[in-house]
Amino acid sequence: MNSAVTVEWKAICSVDDVLPGTGVGVRLPSGQAALFRTRDGNFYALDNMDPFSHANVLSRGLLGSLGDKRVVASPLYKQHFDLETGQCIEDDSVKLTVYPVRVQGDVIELATPA
Amino acid sequence: MAKQQLLLIGHGMVGQRYLESLVAQGGREHFDITVLCAEPLPAYDRVGLTSYFSGKTADDLSLVPEGFFEEHEITLKLNTKVDAIDRAAKTVTTNTGETLPYDKVVLATGSYPFVPPIPGNDRDNCFVYRTIDDLDAMIAASKTGKVGTVVGGGLLGLEAAKALHDLGLETHVVEFAPRLMAVQVDDFGGGLLKDKIQELGVTVHTSTGTQDIVDGEHCTHRMNFGDDKHLETDVIVFSAGIRPQDELGRACELAIGERGGIVVNNHCVTSDEDIYAIGEVALWEGRIFGLVAPGYQMAEVAAEHLMGKAEQQFAGADMSTKLKLMGVDVASIGDAHGNTPGCRSTVFMDQTAGIYKKAVISECGKKLLGAVLVGDAADYGNLLQLCLNEMDLPGDPSALVAPMSDGAPLLGADALPDTAQICSCNNVSKGDLCAAIDGGAQTVGDLKACTKASATCGGCSALVKQVLDSELEKRGVEVNNHICEHFTYSRQEIYHLVRVGQITTFDELLEKHGSGDGCDICKPTVANVLASCWNDWVLNKPHAGLQDTNDYFLGNMQRDGTYSIVPRVAGGEITPDKLIVLGEVAKQYDLYTKITGGQRVDLFGARVEQLPEIWKILVDAGFETGHAYGKSLRTVKSCVGSTWCRYGVKDSVGTAIQVEDRYKGLRSPHKIKMAVSGCTRECAEAQSKDVGVIATEKGWNLYVCGNGGMRPRHADLFASDLTDEQLIKTIDRFLMFYIKTADRLQRTSVWLENLEGGLDYLKDVILNDSLGMGDELEAQMQHVIETYQCEWKSTIEDPEAVKRFNHFINETAEADDNLAYVRERGQRRPAYEHERIELVEEA
Repeated sequence: MNSAVTVEWKAICSVDDVLPGTGVGVRLPSGQAALFRTRDGNFYALDNMDPFSHANVLSRGLLGSLGDKRVVASPLYKQHFDLETGQCIEDDSVKLTVYPVRVQGDVIELATPA
Repeated sequence: MAKQQLLLIGHGMVGQRYLESLVAQGGREHFDITVLCAEPLPAYDRVGLTSYFSGKTADDLSLVPEGFFEEHEITLKLNTKVDAIDRAAKTVTTNTGETLPYDKVVLATGSYPFVPPIPGNDRDNCFVYRTIDDLDAMIAASKTGKVGTVVGGGLLGLEAAKALHDLGLETHVVEFAPRLMAVQVDDFGGGLLKDKIQELGVTVHTSTGTQDIVDGEHCTHRMNFGDDKHLETDVIVFSAGIRPQDELGRACELAIGERGGIVVNNHCVTSDEDIYAIGEVALWEGRIFGLVAPGYQMAEVAAEHLMGKAEQQFAGADMSTKLKLMGVDVASIGDAHGNTPGCRSTVFMDQTAGIYKKAVISECGKKLLGAVLVGDAADYGNLLQLCLNEMDLPGDPSALVAPMSDGAPLLGADALPDTAQICSCNNVSKGDLCAAIDGGAQTVGDLKACTKASATCGGCSALVKQVLDSELEKRGVEVNNHICEHFTYSRQEIYHLVRVGQITTFDELLEKHGSGDGCDICKPTVANVLASCWNDWVLNKPHAGLQDTNDYFLGNMQRDGTYSIVPRVAGGEITPDKLIVLGEVAKQYDLYTKITGGQRVDLFGARVEQLPEIWKILVDAGFETGHAYGKSLRTVKSCVGSTWCRYGVKDSVGTAIQVEDRYKGLRSPHKIKMAVSGCTRECAEAQSKDVGVIATEKGWNLYVCGNGGMRPRHADLFASDLTDEQLIKTIDRFLMFYIKTADRLQRTSVWLENLEGGLDYLKDVILNDSLGMGDELEAQMQHVIETYQCEWKSTIEDPEAVKRFNHFINETAEADDNLAYVRERGQRRPAYEHERIELVEEA
């Protein structure tokens, strides 16, 4: 049986803490996430761990677009990950967890499994 | 079956080519090969001999790949002159007293310089221009003499004159014929060439014969001409043509031509079927070929014939030439003198500009038979192809020589047949280039690497580029160098847009000239160009999101996500106190410590949030960032030079520090490495750097575009004997021109290889300011130098910037908890995956 997964919204930081076009690392109870703010002011969050290097570095990757996809590039070996889906562009078999993000007033919140 | 004995007599350029061709065909399986070489050195580039004066060494000129003889088990006997061939016994005897049996002999003894029978021609300080030994003797004689004279105004004579001129002698050329280069050019061309060479400070005496050479009054010699004229000189170089070195063939009674030369057939076999002759000693259909390309062809033909293949035959060779004589372009194609019955000429002459062009056209007016070009030989490639391939002229013949005529009938590379020879030095046809392009070659550099096209004299490089472009286009390969999908521009064009449009941010550039959001290719590239142009602090807010992580955190990210720290140690000179600071910091933070190849200290394993506090300690102790993370100047390596070294002639450390301080922080298309050596022993390895400086007794020699690493490239000598001021000015211009024109992530070595016109063009732009942009380049460099700031100092002074170095935005005191280390040789390093699992289990 599949019941709706309950999520818990967790306040992370204020909007101004993240410069447009950059990312920051986030401590979660379950591990680490990378929170990104694109040039147009949208927020996205993925796993912080780069699956190719096993280092927690994706928050330090460069943001950009490939075609109509918003992506972050791993700073180590330069693979790209879709910010919306977590899908690795270069390797179909690799997909990162996506964390829902919302802005409440001036505060950015991340959803984590309760 | 026992192997046959093959003797190669003579080891010059052609002999070496013969060996290479033979081993490539598996000749070693059938023959034991012995090479008998009268000179003390194995084959070297005689065509490039003059470059010996401008700093190339005998090693540089060597044509023998390292380990060639060992690898192919070929016996090389240097200083071994063959005295006689006994054709009946099938043996040769040498000056070392050996008698060697043979089955086959290849004579590649070349030629010797003809010395006119003038009384006194054997006096001291009278030389010929043929071997490295001759050059060494000329250099020694020039140290005491003031005046030098070359007898002979042909191609080689003018090369020799340049050498004397470069050695600092007052130089004269004495030519018996009424004009210079009598074989290649006509009266008008020769006259113009004479004017131009005299302008350069060499006195030319044409129609002048020497009667005898006697003691001089002011100089060592007096050369007496007719009519009571004479010339006083200290050094005399005879360069009055060559004669085949055919005495071995004469002595064993091979067929010899009336005017010398061993007669060969189309397979280069002499009158004895077991003896071949190739190169300048061979006489084919009454002709001696005094150029290297036909010699190479003979070498290939003879090697194939020896292996039992008879299809390839020597069929004569085109003797067209193009060269730069003392800075003057001269070219001669086909029937340059118009000897063909019924032919007509069309001529263009501009004495003020110093240009002469003549095209010799067939009687029917449709074919080009020959040409002479003096002062401007840019059309050589096109005209040569028209002539060699007997193509119909594309239009009015006068347009072939007319200057800048609109829609000049320039021959597209498309029009050439596949058999057209593009590179005559290495016999590369258009078909060969096409095959390489089919195989994946996409740049001139690729083609050069896989076909050798334009790798010898470089005269065909423009044509190679044309063929490449047209063939790529034909194959539907979009020839674009757009940096990525967001900008339909090359890096060079982006640089231009930024400069001209005074654009200072990525957003502004994207809005005006790009599309999308940008990416990890264009963002760092643009950030780099902005820094090259305006030199803003790279962590200024508008630039922050553009930097690759290395530039964003001002350190090199290592495989576990931590960073390395490399403070600048200019010139590799460091005080004990500063060294102690580095040691203390490394100890305090348990940083893995290693000495770099660029003479500084690399500290590994700093976590991102530790970077500002570590750098604060370093900056307070007087260190600056070393830019080890940036596409920018890395280090200027130096040897200790005259500061301590008993051989040092100049202060290499001082100059290295001065240069490093000048260009530190300069953002460029790729990293830049430099070095300064205090003497020619070259302990700083400057010739493997983008910019290499070597001290000489007279100043600094500047080398450019060298590289170590994945694709090593020996740097080219760019300018000699510079003063301190000239050195800096030249490097300023060179670097800024590189920054202005290179592609993204293109090191100077690859940049030069793909630069149309190559080294000569680069010299023209930088040294002669041919584009008139020297002042601008210097001013742009000056701006970068004046706006330098230590990026780490600016960063630790800005609390907003320091905030970005936290690993977590929400738990700023916490560090990445996923790091695991192993101790090895007394220091820590990141655990590998398998070790990490063990570590977890232990815990």
